[in-house]
Amino acid sequence: MRHIISLLMENEAGALSRVAGLFSARGYNIESLTVAPTEEATLSRMTIVTSGSDAVIEQITKQLNKLIDVVSVMDLSEGEHIERELMLVKTRAEGEAREELKRMTDIFRGRILDVSDHTYTIELTGSRTKLDSFLVAIGRELILETVRTGVSGIGRGNRILSL
Amino acid sequence: MEMTGAEITIRCLQEEGVEFVFGYPGGAVLHIYDALFQQDKVKHILVRHEQAAVHAADGYARCSDKAGVVLVTSGPGITNAVTGIATAYMDSIPMVVISGQVPTYAIGEDAFQEVDAVGITRPCVKHNFLVKDVKDIASTIKKAFYLAKSGRPGPVLVDIPKDISNQKCGFVYPDSIAIRAYQPPGRGDSEQIRQAAELLMQARRPMIYAGGGVVLSDSSAELTDLVKLTGFPCTNTLMGLGGYPATDRQFVGMLGMHGTYEANMAMQHCDVLVAIGARFDDRVIGNVEHFAQVPRKIIHIDIDPSSIAKRVKVDVPIVGDLKLVLEELLSVLRKNEKKTGDIADWWKQIEEWREFGGGLRYKNSSEIIKPQFVIETLYNLTGGDAYVTSDVGQHQMWAAQYYKFNHPRRWINSGGLGTMGFGLPAAMGVQLMHPDATVACVTGEGSIQMNIQELSTCLQYRLPIKVLSLNNRYLGMVRQWQQFFHGNRFSESYMDALPDFVKLAEAYGHIGMFIEKPSDVEPAMKEAFSRKNDLVFMDFRTDPAENVYPMVPGGKGLSEVVLSEDL
Ligand SMILES: Cc1ncc(C[n+]2csc(CCOP(=O)(O)OP(=O)(O)O)c2C)c(N)n1
Repeated sequence: MRHIISLLMENEAGALSRVAGLFSARGYNIESLTVAPTEEATLSRMTIVTSGSDAVIEQITKQLNKLIDVVSVMDLSEGEHIERELMLVKTRAEGEAREELKRMTDIFRGRILDVSDHTYTIELTGSRTKLDSFLVAIGRELILETVRTGVSGIGRGNRILSL
Repeated sequence: MEMTGAEITIRCLQEEGVEFVFGYPGGAVLHIYDALFQQDKVKHILVRHEQAAVHAADGYARCSDKAGVVLVTSGPGITNAVTGIATAYMDSIPMVVISGQVPTYAIGEDAFQEVDAVGITRPCVKHNFLVKDVKDIASTIKKAFYLAKSGRPGPVLVDIPKDISNQKCGFVYPDSIAIRAYQPPGRGDSEQIRQAAELLMQARRPMIYAGGGVVLSDSSAELTDLVKLTGFPCTNTLMGLGGYPATDRQFVGMLGMHGTYEANMAMQHCDVLVAIGARFDDRVIGNVEHFAQVPRKIIHIDIDPSSIAKRVKVDVPIVGDLKLVLEELLSVLRKNEKKTGDIADWWKQIEEWREFGGGLRYKNSSEIIKPQFVIETLYNLTGGDAYVTSDVGQHQMWAAQYYKFNHPRRWINSGGLGTMGFGLPAAMGVQLMHPDATVACVTGEGSIQMNIQELSTCLQYRLPIKVLSLNNRYLGMVRQWQQFFHGNRFSESYMDALPDFVKLAEAYGHIGMFIEKPSDVEPAMKEAFSRKNDLVFMDFRTDPAENVYPMVPGGKGLSEVVLSEDL
């Protein structure tokens, strides 16, 4: 099962490698990992998308909690949450495809950020599946390059990850 | 008054009440060694190899309630120390390792003797630090000791670049330290403890399984109270030996790969299992699926939540300091009017297993020295009162089986990592902690050669360790596996070209004894132990064909045990 684990950790050199090292050393899978400082400068927030049986996920959260630099851990996918990922796609954009791409971008509520004679660069945010569907919708042959940030997540309503 | 980073480092050790630092000097720690030289509170023990420094500090910690302290230089100094650090990590031993690092301005330039100490040690420390500002040294060392000793203990590394140890600042040693992300567990959850008590009352085939956590948390008194109050059988893991008195009738012996038949059978067939400071590892319960075939309720008490439900499903998890949890559990049980259930049938069954397994038995010989006989003699002569360190192999298992430990912290061995070369340096740490005690190092001719150079350290500090080498001319444990599982193909397990250990001991300034006849074992040992001030190296020529029994083959279940063939 896919899980989204959110954690707050000390914004210190080496903290990221402790988390990444834990996953590789124990053979846990990482689908994506994002990290950036929070409004509280001493803390970073990380979102890890992983998968595994319930027992594995339980171990992952326990092992993360055990890291001295990790302040708090939450399995977002255990409750109501929002997940978002940002994607930039550079496509071939020539002839009829130009109109079609613009239409698709509108449908998916994306934006065209950069235009050249032969290309578009499109920005899209959403869940992983939405981004995947967009790529399918425009078709492989047009895609020149994609870059995705990996999932960031946050709980809904009163679900708050804090110190 | 301003002090250099090096002076601050040593001052911190003084403030922590550190008696011994085990180490080896080098370029990156010269300032620290200079500061060490100019004081006499903290004594330095100069080993002959950094691995031994760590094992010595480790032995010192295991036989006391203190953290071991190590000081090594950058590059090869710290890489040599890694095996020792990993050994301590696997067995949760409190330790602070201070390593020198190349100067901050040279880090990342592949400078002379530069390695990424924090990176290399990351998977085998509880935590580590690279100090980048002299003002952080004191608080970092304070944190290091706090982390090493609190919660589930473990080694902590503090890497100090050379320029930082030479810069100056004022010195204040913090009284206490708070780390916001780190709250070691204290009391257990009362509701869970009540549930545990409830289960214990209902049990008809109960079993208490206690590990190294009992020793580390100094909870053997509480464990003993629990076993006595309930009348339940108790087993110890290799790491837990001495946690419960081995000569007591309720003790069913060590369990696991080389555990007694009765301990393993009781473990497999119990209906309520209380795991205390133990972690169900592969050498203990063997095959997890096989273990799970028998339904049983499991109560698991441990300070580390990640140890709980890692390999087996747990019905009542209790996270907390073992001492506090056991105290509370005891008081709940004492208050309860209901008595524990009738377990007479269960004991009858256990006694039958005891009978069938024949306990620990071997066929003694008047021709050739049986290794088990050496350990039995050691036990009898020392009245069970010695500190026994061991290396890794068959001799380790025989020591664990045949020396009856009645007290915690007397049995010092590398259980988790299984590090050959541990025994002698660990014995140095033990002897320094307990200068008047009898310290015996049980080893093999293979293991002893992994840190034999420490005989020199033993002479320098006059450590009268008694080394009992069970010399079977084989890497015996490897040979045993090859005999059982690899068609007697003894690939590279024969120890050829062995040194004359008597001469070797003498060359290092000690006494060496060669013992070949079974009838000489006791007199030789008596003579050795009467030499209170000397290190005596006893080279016992033992039966090369002897195997360790019982044995649960790797990957098998606890009841698939192989008992000795010739009994
Ligand atoms: C550093 C290290 N290398 C290899 C091993 C694998 N190993 C486990 S037991 C053993 C044999 C030990 O031989 P010896 O010390 O002579 O003891 P014996 O088994 O003969 O009693 C070996 C090689 C180990 N545990 N540690």
